[in-house]
Amino acid sequence: MRYFIRRALHAVFLLFGVSLLTFLFSALTPGNYFDEMRLNPQISPDTVAALRSQYQLDRPLPVRYAHWLNAVVHGQLGFSFTYNGPVAPLLWARARNTLLLTITATLLAWLVALPLGVWSAARFGRAPDRVLSWTTATLLVVPDLVLALGLLILAVRTGWFPTGGLVSVGFDELSVSHKLRDIALHMTLPVVSLVLATLPMLVRHVRASVADVLDAPFLRAAAGHGIPQRKLLYRYALRAAANPLISLFGFSVGTLLSGSLLVEVVMSWPGLGPLLLESILARDLYVVIGGVLLSMLFLVGGNLFADILLYLADPRIRTAASAK
Amino acid sequence: MTQPRKFARWLIVLLMLHGIVAAAGFFAPYDPVEQDRERPYLPPMRVHLMDARGHLHLRPFFYPLRLRAGSFDQYEEDTATAVPLRFFERAAAYHLFGFVPSHLHLFGASGTRIYLLGTDTYGRDQLSRILYGGQVSLLAGLLGAGVTLFLGALIGMAAGYFGGWRDDLLMRIAELFLALPWLYLLFALRAFLPLAVSPLEAFLLVVIVIGMVGWARPARLVRGVVLSVKERDFVRAARGFGASDVYLLRRHILPETASVLLTQAAILVPQFVLAEMTLSFLGLGVPEPMSSWGNLLAALQQYNVLVSYWWMYLPALAIVPFFLGYLGLASALQQRTSPYKIEEKSSWSPS
Repeated sequence: MRYFIRRALHAVFLLFGVSLLTFLFSALTPGNYFDEMRLNPQISPDTVAALRSQYQLDRPLPVRYAHWLNAVVHGQLGFSFTYNGPVAPLLWARARNTLLLTITATLLAWLVALPLGVWSAARFGRAPDRVLSWTTATLLVVPDLVLALGLLILAVRTGWFPTGGLVSVGFDELSVSHKLRDIALHMTLPVVSLVLATLPMLVRHVRASVADVLDAPFLRAAAGHGIPQRKLLYRYALRAAANPLISLFGFSVGTLLSGSLLVEVVMSWPGLGPLLLESILARDLYVVIGGVLLSMLFLVGGNLFADILLYLADPRIRTAASAK
Repeated sequence: MTQPRKFARWLIVLLMLHGIVAAAGFFAPYDPVEQDRERPYLPPMRVHLMDARGHLHLRPFFYPLRLRAGSFDQYEEDTATAVPLRFFERAAAYHLFGFVPSHLHLFGASGTRIYLLGTDTYGRDQLSRILYGGQVSLLAGLLGAGVTLFLGALIGMAAGYFGGWRDDLLMRIAELFLALPWLYLLFALRAFLPLAVSPLEAFLLVVIVIGMVGWARPARLVRGVVLSVKERDFVRAARGFGASDVYLLRRHILPETASVLLTQAAILVPQFVLAEMTLSFLGLGVPEPMSSWGNLLAALQQYNVLVSYWWMYLPALAIVPFFLGYLGLASALQQRTSPYKIEEKSSWSPS
């Protein structure tokens, strides 16, 4: 239990730090949303000043931060100037789509990476392993931006997949099964580029850590006892190699969140990415802060999930935690 | 014996790649901002050795493109006139490496212009723009990595050497920066810096933003090295002789961190080049008319470009050989500095 409390405290510290950091950055801002109004002769300087004070942009930074923190505790994330409404509902609608993308991509990437890595480690140094290593090395030198744009061009030129957006025109009239099919088709391209961008790193790590354990005496003994290869690999070897891989899982969530930010913009997927970009360009302060913080929440969630997995998978952590 | 050779091989590859980009003026046939308004979005031209009648030519040549009959955007080769490629052609003036005035170009053609990689919306030569754009992107990556390593070394040395609460505080902040996905960090930083600035200011801004993002990992690695080095005998002896902190850090501890910093540099530079590309692609980086690999790709955000003009994607491929070179260099370096193997294993990933 103490283990989880410590991890949770760490997560809170992380969120708190990130919010403080973004607010500090915002203090460096040489302009704000209302600056452009000042150029407009139809809006009087008094109105601009009134608006500024209404949104407390004229207050000093610590006051603003305290005020914002208070609002966050009450479930509000501030006010969007461009959308003229509270930030929270705006973000949730977009965050849903981002989550749909990243969770699918995470699951898929790991589902492919685990068997591939184990398969490769079992053939360490032989021809199939070398072929796979070359493939992952090739994918590794193609950055995500290049990959996403390349896939997009491929899709546009072949017309195999719809490009852009979450659903087709006339989505509301479709039956439930067609709706699911439509979303799945739209998701294919962004998910594939996310998976391909993270896959090489995952496969290489799975391969390396499983290959590390395969030399262990207990596995040789197990093999000597005639335990079948498949059971040996997945029941014993993978389990012994799990610890670094679970830490990698938490890390991969962060990578995927970063990747999805870019992929969403490239493929015009209505997630947090395009919204964030839009609000950066419009200087919509609280949307940027809220968006960054929300993604941190996902990241922290992913890391906590990894911690729970680690607790379940590694008896050393369990005993260390209960011994305290 | 094989490791140093491997290392040298990758270094030569990288030097050649950077050399081509640094000497863009020589390799590019035209000025990157020179416009040919008559011919926007001209597809790449093909270089031939065999002409339309099946005769073999010793000198490579190309056919000028003309509009296909009845079409307004489809081009075909005009096989009536073969234009020979001329090597070491004297053409537009430029400054080699920015300061040596020259007229010499690797290749060119007289009479009509050659566009090996097509033209963009203003009829500017894509090849020239990619080569010159590489200067901006690579410089941003290199300078950004320099800033990051400087910050990382400084912070890591301070944390490792002085220890105590300073170490705790600095490492907590480093953890924060490590946990943040890098693109979000980049966005958060860029969000609060001015948007409308001159190209040069934008470039410097990008360098600073990129440079401030990645310091945490090198700082942690440097800290680890410093922690072990500061207890070594030669450092203790120097301290016993009354050496000051600054002297110890500069003369005895900094050199020990060199291999870690070098490996980190090989890992960070390509990532930062990519970061510049990403920022400029999204319109937050280096603006027109300056070209960079990122803002050359920005044209692809228009749907019609995406559908019809595939050669606008070519700038994206320019970074791939550089990635390959740096990846090879980084892994060759890592094999040399095996004590830090565990940390390095997971380091080839944007974080």
